[in-house]
Amino acid sequence: MSLSYSCNGHICENLLVMDSFVRFLKEREQEQLIKILSFLFYIFRHDDLKEMLDSNKDSLKLEAMKRIVAMIARGKNASDLFPAVVKNVACKNIEVKKLVYVYLVRYAEEQQDLALLSISTFQRGLKDPNQLIRASALRVLSSIRVTIIVPIMMLAIKEAASDMSPYVRKTAAHAIPKLHSLDPEQKDQLIEVIEKLLADKTTLVAGSVVMAFEEVCPDRIDLIHKNYRKLCNLLIDVEEWGQVVIINMLTRYARTQFLNPNESLLEESSEKAFYASDDEEDEDKKAEVTTLEKRKPYVMDPDHRLLLRNTKPLLQSRNAAVVMAVAQLYFHLAPKAEVGIIAKALGMFEPYLKSFYIRSTDPTQIKILKLEVLTNLANEANISTILREFQTYIKSMDKDFVAASIQAIGRCATNIGEVRDTCLNGLVQLLSNRDELVVAESVVVIKKLLQMQPEQHSDIIKHMAKLIDNIQVPMARASILWLIGEYCEHVPKIAPDVLRKMAKSFTNEEDIVKLQIINLAAKLYLTNSKQTKLLTQYVLNLAKYDQNYDIRDRARFIRQLIVPTDKSGALNKYAKKLFLALKPAPVLESPFKDRDHFQLGSLSHLLNAKAAGYQELPDWPESAPDPSVRNVEVKDSVCAERTVLTGPEGAGVLLLQTTRGSSNILFHVLLHHSHSEQSSGAEDRKRGRKAVKNQKSASESESESESSESEDESEEESEEESESDTDVRKNKTIAPSGSIKMYELLHRITGEGLAVEYCFSRQPFSPDPNMVAVQIQFTNNTNSETKNLHIEDPRLQSGMRIREFAEIGLQPSESVTVVMGIDFCDSTQAANFQLCTHTRKFFVSIQPPVGELMTPTFLTENNFKKEQGERTSAHSRFNTHSCPTDCSFSSKHLSFFSSYVVVTPPPPPSAPVYRFAGKTVSSGCLVLVTVTTKEGGGAQLTVNCEKMVIGTMLVKDILQALSQ
Amino acid sequence: MIHSLFLINNAGDLFLEKHWKSVISRSVCDYFFEAREKAVEPDNVPPVIRTPHHYLINIYREKIFFVSVIQTEVPPLFVIEFLHRVAETFQDYFGECSETTIKDNVVIVYELLEEMLDNGFPLATESNILKELIRPPTILRSMVNTITGSSNVGETLPTGQLSNIPWRRAGVKYTNNEAYFDVVEEIDAILDKSGTTVFAEIQGVIDACVKLSGMPDLTLSFMNPRLLDDVSFHPCVRYKRWESERVISFIPPDGNFQLMSYHISAQNLVAIPIYVKQNISFFETGSSGRLDIAVGPKQTMGKTVECLVVTVHMPKVVLSANLSATQGTYNYDPVTKILLWDIGKLNPQKLPNLKGSLSLQSGAPKPEENPSLNIDLKIQQLAISGLKVNRLDMYGEKYKPFKGVKYVTKAGKFQQRLSEWLLVHTEV
Repeated sequence: MSLSYSCNGHICENLLVMDSFVRFLKEREQEQLIKILSFLFYIFRHDDLKEMLDSNKDSLKLEAMKRIVAMIARGKNASDLFPAVVKNVACKNIEVKKLVYVYLVRYAEEQQDLALLSISTFQRGLKDPNQLIRASALRVLSSIRVTIIVPIMMLAIKEAASDMSPYVRKTAAHAIPKLHSLDPEQKDQLIEVIEKLLADKTTLVAGSVVMAFEEVCPDRIDLIHKNYRKLCNLLIDVEEWGQVVIINMLTRYARTQFLNPNESLLEESSEKAFYASDDEEDEDKKAEVTTLEKRKPYVMDPDHRLLLRNTKPLLQSRNAAVVMAVAQLYFHLAPKAEVGIIAKALGMFEPYLKSFYIRSTDPTQIKILKLEVLTNLANEANISTILREFQTYIKSMDKDFVAASIQAIGRCATNIGEVRDTCLNGLVQLLSNRDELVVAESVVVIKKLLQMQPEQHSDIIKHMAKLIDNIQVPMARASILWLIGEYCEHVPKIAPDVLRKMAKSFTNEEDIVKLQIINLAAKLYLTNSKQTKLLTQYVLNLAKYDQNYDIRDRARFIRQLIVPTDKSGALNKYAKKLFLALKPAPVLESPFKDRDHFQLGSLSHLLNAKAAGYQELPDWPESAPDPSVRNVEVKDSVCAERTVLTGPEGAGVLLLQTTRGSSNILFHVLLHHSHSEQSSGAEDRKRGRKAVKNQKSASESESESESSESEDESEEESEEESESDTDVRKNKTIAPSGSIKMYELLHRITGEGLAVEYCFSRQPFSPDPNMVAVQIQFTNNTNSETKNLHIEDPRLQSGMRIREFAEIGLQPSESVTVVMGIDFCDSTQAANFQLCTHTRKFFVSIQPPVGELMTPTFLTENNFKKEQGERTSAHSRFNTHSCPTDCSFSSKHLSFFSSYVVVTPPPPPSAPVYRFAGKTVSSGCLVLVTVTTKEGGGAQLTVNCEKMVIGTMLVKDILQALSQ
Repeated sequence: MIHSLFLINNAGDLFLEKHWKSVISRSVCDYFFEAREKAVEPDNVPPVIRTPHHYLINIYREKIFFVSVIQTEVPPLFVIEFLHRVAETFQDYFGECSETTIKDNVVIVYELLEEMLDNGFPLATESNILKELIRPPTILRSMVNTITGSSNVGETLPTGQLSNIPWRRAGVKYTNNEAYFDVVEEIDAILDKSGTTVFAEIQGVIDACVKLSGMPDLTLSFMNPRLLDDVSFHPCVRYKRWESERVISFIPPDGNFQLMSYHISAQNLVAIPIYVKQNISFFETGSSGRLDIAVGPKQTMGKTVECLVVTVHMPKVVLSANLSATQGTYNYDPVTKILLWDIGKLNPQKLPNLKGSLSLQSGAPKPEENPSLNIDLKIQQLAISGLKVNRLDMYGEKYKPFKGVKYVTKAGKFQQRLSEWLLVHTEV
């Protein structure tokens, strides 16, 4: 009524009336008044906003949008502004545009018809040259939950999935689950897109597409096969949220594809040769000891190992979710012996016992969890410490926690027989505590403990019987009564007296107590009817007229059962057996039990109930599925990647097709250490080697069959070959952590957005075998295309030659790799030249480390000695250099060398000799390296080479590498 | 994954909501309010609350509950970590993360939330990427924007998004190149009533403020890296260099960030900088008690202990305290039952002491539960573990940066358990 009055348009004329009316309202219903006024205000304000949105000024529009977004944030309804807002979807001001997007996504579902007006803007946005605009257009388009546009969305997603920009592809991956939830019928088409994006090689896309996979088709494990190794290898560079999703998915994958490593515990013996580092060997040995009772030889699938290995460093992530994901992966997939990395079962946590001590300021749920951990860690050795700690908890002000502590003591007592009496005595002492809750909880726990061995504890039962006078907590009273009834034979004198007192107070007791009084009466009637017959009948009579029907029921039932009458049935005979049967002692269980079947760290695991969308962790398969499904043809994957290796005359392709023979990179490996991080590189290589080992198993077996060398040698060859494969792989991905060192040719600042890096790919340069292959990576960081990239005006020392790469162009943000050849004439002189784009010229130079001037070669031991002899005698150009004494020739060095020994003499344990052979790229001059280890540490290094300078520099570099 | 987010203050007002999928009615928060009421203390609210159709995962930070709504299976830690990241981003942008700053900057908050999640899955959480997309507010910029009508929103894709080092943007330029590192250690300890260490460990972090031009590649090494046994790193740190050489090698993000956190476990002996002697007793009769607390230096490594505060949680029956402090001020809050003694700087020549009487609710029995005593302190120029930065080297850039390292030790969860209530019989 008041509303219609103020809206009729005669407010002015009726001001007086209004005024009195308002006063009236103020007195009567102030709240309603406020409502009315705010409603008026609301209408006005919205008009205001509409006006601003219709204005020509961006600043007004922006102000209006800001206010609207603030309304949305507060949960106020702003849907009536939809027509005014949607008009601005194509606004030039990017902030207005963004806020309009926010609005649109929020209300499109409610205003479907109007929302369609905006679609064409987004379709245009999808074609924008700016990748951010393309991506945000797709983001908004796919967030508008309007079924009519499903086909448009589908098309947009498909296109974006093959966009040049990885950021747009990532957005496409995000859009997949959106469309799937809008229209599940698109599933099949979406799976195709997922399959395509899973093959993407960039870290940016990996996490998002796996997320889409998990939401749309988590059961399509087959889509993962070909991408498994790639995902494992990319993992460390993926952003942290993606890491969590990928690790969880791979855990499930591994459970379907690999064998249970704990089923038949034999560690892979073949693996040892692969990763013969110190700690690994130790682990292997341990594993072997424990696996004497092997059933069948278990060999861990190298892919299984790859996953474990590549996730391990993530334990150091700052993101707790990532750490948890790795922990659960180890828990579900690792051999028992290795789970220790996260925490060796429980034994591993033991040293950290004190970390779980509880502070009074901890939140209750943390206290309860810590208590649980402490209880689980309790054993004979530490129980006294733990019990002492528990005692302090009982004095806490947090009553829930005190109750939990008492229960924890009870659990320790049941689990560890030795301390049962101590605990029991402690708990009995608590019975005189002033706090009733403490007493009550203690009674309940004592009752359970006593059930285990009642004979020995009649004094405690007596003590508890006395307590009935003081304890008021119903649960505790009920427990005491049950105890007395159950063990009335142990307290024959006290029991009837307790019943007498209880009969007196029966009507005032709580229901659970009344039930136990009836129970006690029945038991006493059966064992000591002489003293208690009348009392029992009295109690039963009281119960007969109780208000609670459970109690009336129970009374009727018990009377029929125990009091013999002529009508009583056959059960009467068995009454005693029924009531006084030996009852099994209760098991004091952890409230956290029985949730093992959920994947650790999942929501379902936490709640101990299956959440929607939870994917069961499958059991290990009985026999391993075919591991070859994960094999990937290297060539294909490279082509797909667009790290185009455009070298002259297809050098790039050749580079990738490298097989054995052409790729003994002994020297490079050796010297690589002098240039880059030593052990990390070695680690990298090992890991990669293993990955590739499998990948290339086909070509390997081929090469092995070809091999006419002795077995030893062929094994070595394949070692080296996989080594080279690693490098091929590295070249492909150009990972920042790669084992081949990247040098900067042009910084992106001096290059005005063009960044150029190079590395020595350690591959033969096919157009000219006397040239060193230099792989150059160009990255265009600008927003415009860089055209006509080529080399001009090389300034070289006499004899040096350059083989340029073909001219190339670069799209914005694109990265391209090319290979060029340089003949350095076996010197470390720099090659200077100009790098030209269509606009600029940059002076650059490439200077090779000495190791990059060589390529490995194969010599038999005899040949090696012969050549060495010739050189020493004929040219006497050798350098002998004792290693510094503090640099003992340790096993670490040995293991580092041992994989790459070309000539393997059976090394006498006392003083082995290692020999390495290579030749310079340009002139093919032999370089021989001999390392003689001496007893008691130290080693002697000899380099034989006709070229004096090369020899000297090599000695210097190797020594530096060894002394690190 | 994350469906919606609600921000709720301590008084139970829901002051912001954001939905990443279809809208979920805010009435879902009623389940949260129920749990909140049951928990009494805000810290005790269970982090995961189950409702018939949703799961509510929440964190409590800076007096704000961040309540997220989940519909399907997701690792709870994933959500919790994300919510913390949201709070940190607010802090980074507005200087502090409070109800007022969030309300004042609600549009930027909304824009941030929009960028941080897409369809409930994290999209951009790196601070430097966000800052290129949405510029943090400054007074100058907001003035300029009002005049020129330019906006706070970036128009191109942040360079970090596509690079291998998403945490750093390209083209950073400073006139003064500087890198500061703060080694902050907190002692978590439980001492028994006599002051003996029951358990102690050190939680350390190294906070960095790096303002360097270009693409600097830094290496930070320690004099004694073996001290650190449990470390976690910012994603920029190269794990392998740490594993093989025990150095921290990284290309830093631009600005403030936490480089690493570490943990020095109970196995190593942890120095306890101060001792507390206390005696709190209640009389059997007369509804009163006595309190006497004295604090003194123990292992301070010759440094001054500052910002010393002692907090005692009293039993419920304590009504008031009539005390006198030789140094600092004390305050007893009869509602929360917390006695707070703010001492300030610890002067070894004149040790602070607080004593006097406590009055209890008349007729109430002598309290049985043990209170506990919490200590707060700060020591400048000292990392209590003895950790020392050896050197910081920079590669990849030619200029000479200004470098600085600061150490500070604080009390973390530093608690002394109090003596049991002594029975004092008096004849009144």
